Amino acid sequence: MANLTINGKSINVDVEDDTPLLWAIRENVGLTGTKYGCGIAQCGACTVHIDGVAMRSCGITVSEAVGKQITTIEGLASGGTLHKVQQAWVANDVPQCGYCQAGMIMAVAALLKEKPKPTDQDIDEAITNICRCGTFQQVRAAIHSAASA
Amino acid sequence: MNKHVMPKLNRRAFVIGTAAAGAGLAIGLDIPFGGPQVVRAADGSPEVNVWVVIRPDNTTVIRVARSEMGQGTLTGLAQLVAEELECDWSKVVTEYPTPGQSVARKRAWGDFSTGGSRGIRTSQEYVRKGGATARMMLVQAAANEWKVPVSECTAANSVITHTPSGKTTTYGKVVEAAAKLTPPADADVKLKDPKDWKIAGKGVKRLDTVDKTTGAMIYGADVKLPGMLNAAIKDAPVFGSKLKSYDEAKIAGMKGVKKVMKVGDSAVAVVADTWWHAKTALDALPIVWDEGENAKVSSESIAKWLAEGLDNSQPAFIGNQNGDAKAAIASAVKKVEAVYNYPYQNHATMEPLNATAVYTADKCEVWCGTQNGEAAFAATMEASGLPAEKCEVHKLILGGGFGRRGMTDYVRQAVLIAKEMPGTPVKLLWSREEDMAQGKFHPVTQCKLTGAFDADNNLTALHVRLSGQSILYTVRPAALVNGMDTAAFQGLSPSGDAAIGYSVPNLLVEHSMRNPHVPPGFWRGVNVNQNAIYMECFMDELAHSIGQDPVEFRRKLMSKHPKHLAVLNAVAEKIGWGKPAPQGVYRGIAQVMGYGSYVAGAAEISVTDGNKIKVHRIVASTDPGYIVNPAQVERQIAGSFVYGLSALFYGGCTVKDGKMEQTNFDTYNSMRIAEMPKVECVMVPSGGFWGGVGEPTIGVAAPAVLNAYFAATGKRIRSVPLRDQNITFA
Repeated sequence: MANLTINGKSINVDVEDDTPLLWAIRENVGLTGTKYGCGIAQCGACTVHIDGVAMRSCGITVSEAVGKQITTIEGLASGGTLHKVQQAWVANDVPQCGYCQAGMIMAVAALLKEKPKPTDQDIDEAITNICRCGTFQQVRAAIHSAASA
Repeated sequence: MNKHVMPKLNRRAFVIGTAAAGAGLAIGLDIPFGGPQVVRAADGSPEVNVWVVIRPDNTTVIRVARSEMGQGTLTGLAQLVAEELECDWSKVVTEYPTPGQSVARKRAWGDFSTGGSRGIRTSQEYVRKGGATARMMLVQAAANEWKVPVSECTAANSVITHTPSGKTTTYGKVVEAAAKLTPPADADVKLKDPKDWKIAGKGVKRLDTVDKTTGAMIYGADVKLPGMLNAAIKDAPVFGSKLKSYDEAKIAGMKGVKKVMKVGDSAVAVVADTWWHAKTALDALPIVWDEGENAKVSSESIAKWLAEGLDNSQPAFIGNQNGDAKAAIASAVKKVEAVYNYPYQNHATMEPLNATAVYTADKCEVWCGTQNGEAAFAATMEASGLPAEKCEVHKLILGGGFGRRGMTDYVRQAVLIAKEMPGTPVKLLWSREEDMAQGKFHPVTQCKLTGAFDADNNLTALHVRLSGQSILYTVRPAALVNGMDTAAFQGLSPSGDAAIGYSVPNLLVEHSMRNPHVPPGFWRGVNVNQNAIYMECFMDELAHSIGQDPVEFRRKLMSKHPKHLAVLNAVAEKIGWGKPAPQGVYRGIAQVMGYGSYVAGAAEISVTDGNKIKVHRIVASTDPGYIVNPAQVERQIAGSFVYGLSALFYGGCTVKDGKMEQTNFDTYNSMRIAEMPKVECVMVPSGGFWGGVGEPTIGVAAPAVLNAYFAATGKRIRSVPLRDQNITFA
């Protein structure tokens, strides 16, 4: 049994300590917006915020996440208002299949917190998520529009 | 607000779904006194016809039978229906009919298959007619109510107006009456000229975006059903081999494990409370495979076998021929020859394959992302042993398809597992490692090309000899023509929707078919990928061999192929071909026809240390005849470059001891944002035909970059992937 703080709520999950956070979030907590893509921290589809920092939840164990503030895609909007990155995603019609986009959006939201006006080079260095549909052009445009929102 | 209505996965929907055999969103027939039958949607709103349901508040539900996997077809098909329907676009929602409903209604929605860039081009006419027919019935119903001639009434934005009197009504108000009318005769249904389109042809926003930004979109991997268990699976890694045994005692007592079972004759699955428990136990399960002869196969042995097929003495199918290429080559003044190859590729959809199934003796239901609902339905019937009226497939939005989800192996597995646990829903999810091991791979080929020139440097002959794997031989043998796989000649065919763009006095294109044991599949762009590399890089070689500009050289051979030429010219002009490139930047260009569309692409690259490539700029042009949503076409074109260049730089699946060596994205990488420049699109839709969009452009991605690499370095690359040659992105 571990106590996690996810999207501001304290949640007890009955899992082994070494369970990847991704699977606790998806299967035990039931928040499926965080996606499984590779399980080896390569693709970024499972990106969440741990104490405000974008991290790949497949590579973190539940025990490592105890005591930390975990934010998933479901917790990014505040109240009924989408986060500015989500708004920029909608305005720029970014997703194709969309499966990687929750992770992409979480990575971008963390980037903008650190660098509110990122350059293209900042984006290149910080955003390393895989998108097999290849909607990178729209991702870049939406990051810049979110930054100027 | 536009929205795609996902199948409800709550308890209520589950109970309804499992109880109502053969029914679903159209729950029954309401037969009013004296009138014909009205079919109603689940909320009671009447169908005007199978494509259109209108609610009292004028919300228009448009049914879409093809699958949405990111390519935008869901939105594009809705635009086409809405265009003819003259409905209020802001009140359009979409809905998937199920394959079971379609079967029960004599395939009312036609083909569900979503591959081969066919989603829009092969259904555009009947869905537009569906919209037009519904509009005519709605207007007729208003005219009847007003007792005025229908010719005096017009429709726009879901409002019907009687022009002489100025009276108006709405679709929502007349839909009950309209649904009871006899549809007009097909001959009386006139479709708009695309130049008059107001909704179609415009880059309207996708209908499925918001839920993809909030985590609310439910993909197959996210399905939850009451009491559901989770399965992980391992199929025999050596293709074609069998499961011999497994030692279940070794995982006895592992947490959450409910059942360990053989699936078919080659796979073993662990079912547990959570997928993580299932996967953890499966990884710990000792398994013995009966590997057989295929375990001796390697990429090297396959390459050797294919190389033998390049020899003219070996039998081959002829796909395109005019004149006598062999004789012309034998007597040529000058001859150029080159051998190319292209490897296996895995689709690597972001969402690993999965399907959820629940089986009882009375009903088998499946929830999955599939590119072919009807094929998934057939697989459900076959694996469950139940008749059509006891089966159903609920389609979900796909986390990528690229051809892989046109296959039904994962559906079959899910049903076989569920069948062992009657009444319990089981979600089967493949690990990424399983996905890499059990692909339906882009086939492996080699190609020898020989060109011949006369004394005036005219190309007199071209011999293209392909050797390698046929997809149809394994996947669709009935489609072979006297043993020949005509699709192997995509982009090189004499005519049709993948025709060659060059006229050469003596031409021979042939295919020595060699089918290794690795299961092949349709992979975005299919055979256009390698055929365009072979042809377009070799065209570059031929041009350079006689000191001519590659575009000028092509143009001379393309006078009888004006549409091919038009996209080539459009790209050449946009990238500034013939004008100086920036310092240190070099250009390459390519063109091809596939899936009924003409495409060209050009790249500007720089190369550092001979092996680090920076792609600065990409220009692409396409003529698909008509463009339904230019914003989505642009995204498909740009995405084709990402998929095609990922395969060129990082891809390539290799065989060792009969199985695939790549296991995950660390060994089968994919391009990131830093590596991808902006793609500038030049759309030149010339009308009069309907071509596809999702796939053709991928053909020009790799050859444009490879030709630019030659321009930059003087080195010709004839083998994919580049990582094998220590070439990567800068």
